[in-house]
Amino acid sequence: MDLSVNIGKLNLKNPVLTASGTFGYGEEYNEFVDLNLLGGIVVKGISLKPMEGNPAPRICETPCGMLNAIGLQNVGLKKFLKEKLPYLRNFDTKVIVNILGKSVQEYVRLARALDETGVDGIELNVSCPNVKKGGMAFGTDQRSLAKLVGAVKQASGATVVITKLSPNVSSIPVFARAAEDAGSNAISLINTIPALSIDIETRKSKLANVTGGLSGPAIKPIALRMVWEASQAVSIPVIGIGGILNASDAIEFLLAGASAVQVGTGNFLNPRATSEIIEGLAAYLQRKNIHTVRDIIGGIRAA
Amino acid sequence: MHRIFTAKVTDNLPLNRKNYLLTIEPLGPTIEPTPGQFYMVETGNSLDPLLKRPFSYFRKTPATLQFLYTVRGKGTAKMKALKPGSEIQVIGPLGTGYPNPKRGFTPLLIAGGVGIASLFPLAERLTNKICLIYGARCKSDLLLLKELERLESDLMTCTDDCSFGGDGKATDILTSFLASPSSKGASYMIYACGPKPMLAAVAKIALENQLKGFVSLEENMACGFGACLGCSVQTVAGYKRVCKEGPVFSIDEIVW
Repeated sequence: MDLSVNIGKLNLKNPVLTASGTFGYGEEYNEFVDLNLLGGIVVKGISLKPMEGNPAPRICETPCGMLNAIGLQNVGLKKFLKEKLPYLRNFDTKVIVNILGKSVQEYVRLARALDETGVDGIELNVSCPNVKKGGMAFGTDQRSLAKLVGAVKQASGATVVITKLSPNVSSIPVFARAAEDAGSNAISLINTIPALSIDIETRKSKLANVTGGLSGPAIKPIALRMVWEASQAVSIPVIGIGGILNASDAIEFLLAGASAVQVGTGNFLNPRATSEIIEGLAAYLQRKNIHTVRDIIGGIRAA
Repeated sequence: MHRIFTAKVTDNLPLNRKNYLLTIEPLGPTIEPTPGQFYMVETGNSLDPLLKRPFSYFRKTPATLQFLYTVRGKGTAKMKALKPGSEIQVIGPLGTGYPNPKRGFTPLLIAGGVGIASLFPLAERLTNKICLIYGARCKSDLLLLKELERLESDLMTCTDDCSFGGDGKATDILTSFLASPSSKGASYMIYACGPKPMLAAVAKIALENQLKGFVSLEENMACGFGACLGCSVQTVAGYKRVCKEGPVFSIDEIVW
């Protein structure tokens, strides 16, 4: 059984990755899941300087999903390189670092530092809905996006660059192609969907930030449709994200055209979700007598 | 030993119209908790509610774990319907527990409503004499009075509607207790768990009386084990996670 897939020149032992912001820096999950089993770990978004995040309450639950406005709280580049990355290097899994900044220059500095350190991949966060400097401006303007991706590609040497797209655009194919044309090695989608939930007793938003990003199974059908559209628009690999809780969810994304998937909110309710998905994926292939997972990528049939 | 386990529900008893006592039997070895720690409990097999719910444990026996909970929303309504024999996934013990009192200090426990659940195992564990102030909305919300009376403690109860014990809030009782002659001569260490406004008031009284101690906080949590950063609260040293650096914090650490 061959579960391996390629994201650009990056070979993953299986297509199951973790979604940035849901898996900390790996250590939070070590007690629950063997990190060596994972195709890769996409770590919590890193900025040049540490960020303390938004005031509480930062999350609330909604039907089949949750809203979050964490505000990109992170330890910053320096501490990440010194304390978090060496820990992740103890495991036989790919480390992809999600980066964010408020200017092209900041992304470039992060990408250069990470390329010099030798991480497996860089994921550009251009779609965080919860902070002004979360890169959303890049994610919703195709010319800014192309400029950013081009600059980061130049600064990151041979390191694989993945652009994480926002769902908050009128046409996913347009942005997918903009990232591809600017040199991105892959795209990942979707980030959370900007949303709101109100407490009718206090008449206040349930989040201090007022709005937050919706994630979880509630967004899965939307994510699946966008992944399907994107994968037809580009020839670079697409990584599917959005409400994946189990192997059948992951298989749906692969059939829609994703070469790999990221598990996000699913880790919160079941910290062993990733390893269970890998097992379930292998079982599905065996049951269908398919030898390599690559054979089901984009395998959706015409209605 | 696993921090994530499947457990069988053995009992789910109503204590009054809104409070329940859930008893579960972990299938397999688990980690011994310390008072103040909590568990993420699956409320039932469904996507809505999606997330597990955090509960301090109320009592631990060699074979079982008990949780005292108030039916408040969708998750606890679902939990109320759990039948003996059903299996649920549980993660824990999680977070920090209550530190022991320093030598020479009398533990002064202050519980508001279902906050008693977190303080009860501490009261059971402490071998020195304790003072316990326990407030609730009404008499029927004062839970486990028989069990509490069995403890070696000065028990002071109160209700908002004056239906039992002292009149008013736990913090009113705390203020008058600290001003009374019977409290003089002793050094107290505070342990408080209850609604956030009560904890903020306790912290203020503690500051005025130069008392040290601990509070156990509650916040919305997605994971419970430090990954989502959803439960962070403001402290004097920046944001800290209720699930990891807490739920028990030093009383002078929190920015209310």
